[in-house]
Amino acid sequence: MAKMSYIEAIKETQRAEMQRDPNVFIAGEDVGVMGSAFGQTAGLLKEFGPQRVVDTPISESAIIGLGVGAAAMGLRPILVIDFIDFMAVCMDEVLNQASKLRYMLGGQVKIPLVIRTQIGAGIGAAAQHSQSLEAFFTHMPGMKTVAAATPADIKGLLTAAIRDDNPVMFIEHKTLARLEGDVPEGDYVIPIGKADIKRKGSDVTILSWSAMVHKCLAAAESLAQEGINAEVIDIRSLVPLDKECILNSLGKTGRLVIVHEAVETSGYGAEIAAMVADQGFDLLDAPIKRVAAPFTPVPFSPVLEKEWVVSEEKIIDAVKSLF
Amino acid sequence: MNLDREKMLNLYENMVKIREFEEKARELMLGGKLAGFLHLYCGEEAIAVGVCANLNDKDCITSTHRGHGHIIAKGGNIDKMMAELHGKATGYCKGKSGSMHIADLNIGIVGANGIVGAGLPIAVGVAFAMRYKKMDNVVVAFFGDGASNRGTFHEALNMASVLNLPVVFVCENNHFGMSTPQSVHQKIKDISVRGTAYDIPGKTVDGNDVLAVYEAAAQAVSRAKNGQGPSLIECKTWRHYGHFIGDPEPYKDPEEQKKWLARDPIPRFAKQLIELNYATQAELDAIKDSVKEKIEAAVKYAQSSPDPLPEDVFSDVYAE
Ligand SMILES: Cc1ncc(C[n+]2csc(CCOP(=O)(O)OP(=O)(O)O)c2C)c(N)n1
Ligand SMILES: [Mg+2]
Repeated sequence: MAKMSYIEAIKETQRAEMQRDPNVFIAGEDVGVMGSAFGQTAGLLKEFGPQRVVDTPISESAIIGLGVGAAAMGLRPILVIDFIDFMAVCMDEVLNQASKLRYMLGGQVKIPLVIRTQIGAGIGAAAQHSQSLEAFFTHMPGMKTVAAATPADIKGLLTAAIRDDNPVMFIEHKTLARLEGDVPEGDYVIPIGKADIKRKGSDVTILSWSAMVHKCLAAAESLAQEGINAEVIDIRSLVPLDKECILNSLGKTGRLVIVHEAVETSGYGAEIAAMVADQGFDLLDAPIKRVAAPFTPVPFSPVLEKEWVVSEEKIIDAVKSLF
Repeated sequence: MNLDREKMLNLYENMVKIREFEEKARELMLGGKLAGFLHLYCGEEAIAVGVCANLNDKDCITSTHRGHGHIIAKGGNIDKMMAELHGKATGYCKGKSGSMHIADLNIGIVGANGIVGAGLPIAVGVAFAMRYKKMDNVVVAFFGDGASNRGTFHEALNMASVLNLPVVFVCENNHFGMSTPQSVHQKIKDISVRGTAYDIPGKTVDGNDVLAVYEAAAQAVSRAKNGQGPSLIECKTWRHYGHFIGDPEPYKDPEEQKKWLARDPIPRFAKQLIELNYATQAELDAIKDSVKEKIEAAVKYAQSSPDPLPEDVFSDVYAE
């Protein structure tokens, strides 16, 4: 095990995969000379040169398009779009090209690309730099979507994403940048589609992903003091979803609280709730609860942003409402 | 250049106002008083001021993530701006926007924008509506060198051209898109040449010379108002600070930085004003002092203003 930060894990995983496979390259704005705004690619230009660490113009459609074309030719692009909010300007390349090509072409091509991007509010970045839009990408057959909550999961999931033969949305969270954690050394791959039980419990299942996992864990500790023993599942992979893990947990607990940072309406929690209602109805002793953001854009003012982001208290209240 | 004394001093005052506003905002952010991202306009003041001096309150602008200068030059209220940076209920957008989305529709500020290149097509739409409503007005779209590589730049210029709309596209070429030097993000040196592709006249001017900017904008504005369609003006400039506060700027050559600081548009214009007998140093100092007082008052206003109420999260999502 090595201690490293979330950002270091991103950087080191890319480095390791670039050393391992000469077809892996990185393209995006400010990934080279600057090493990205928070240092996610620091030093990689120096080590791998400008052919493999490409500082691009501010041309997001062309960045993702470049990745699609290069992937079709057998390369393994890591495409960086700093904030998920900017994905809106290159959606055709993601939705109609990357995620569909293989199917439309009758399986003739593989598109093994990764799009690294950050979600999340909490730093006063306002409505166009704070969204959690991961659900958008779960509505695209052909695309996988994963989200890492810890440095170790960064390593395991990013390695898996880079080695995967399909397009993968790799979702980071901007408030986790400095989070430190133990990261396994050597080759470490977390299969995409495997959830992680981050806390064992028997009374209620709290399910989440990305930064919210940490709030769920904190809420679970508070609940434990009041005699409620919560199991916390980090699904890690939205598509494909580890249904088995979720249903097994419900078999023990009978209660489900889904927590996500994105707005509640049409958030991915709705998909999970529907899946459980369909396949796990008999396991439930209480209605499924969702804890998510209100259906508004993210406000700037720290006072409003704090109100907007799901809090530990809201998670605790939701859990208690089931007992 | 036939500008009277009052107008000349007005240009100076507005440039100083932007500079002092930005220096204050920087100080507040470094002191932990402001949240979010702050992209400072220091060094580029001559562009916003030279362009907006040609506009009236019904003329419009679209701005960028680096928008404070445009807003001040267009007549924005610095109390409300400062309150917005502080996330206060009295801010321009009731605390919903922060630095990056300030707007004042009453005086034609259609809005700053957090998405690079987003303002250009919106400006085309505003111009379309102006013509639709038979208004005799013009829209200025401000954007950076980096933004000129987005599809929206190309689509907006072409559409404004074919629809012959009253838009002035003003490119602030500060030679970097975040950390990426212009020479790395595009092969052309003069972004004004891109006008040719859309049959739009393109002109490059010294963006640190407020009178040069003023004159180029005057021509483009009158062209637009005469129904002769859009123009593209590229203003060469330099941002004195990093991309945002906190950017260590490893990509800037210290020699270049020095060279450009020596071309600071404000002392440069001050020198001109004195040499041409528009003002004495003492008069310019007095302008600066009074601006500083206004900025201090704006900070007081902002810091003594109430926060929004938690329930304000839910307001203004939809029109009622
Ligand atoms: C579509 C989009 N891509 C990327 C960004 C991130 N970003 C913000 S400002 C900026 C650089 C913009 O450069 P330029 O247009 O030259 O304006 P300047 O900052 O130099 O004033 C970048 C890449 C963004 N906000 N929107
Ligand atoms: Mg620039």
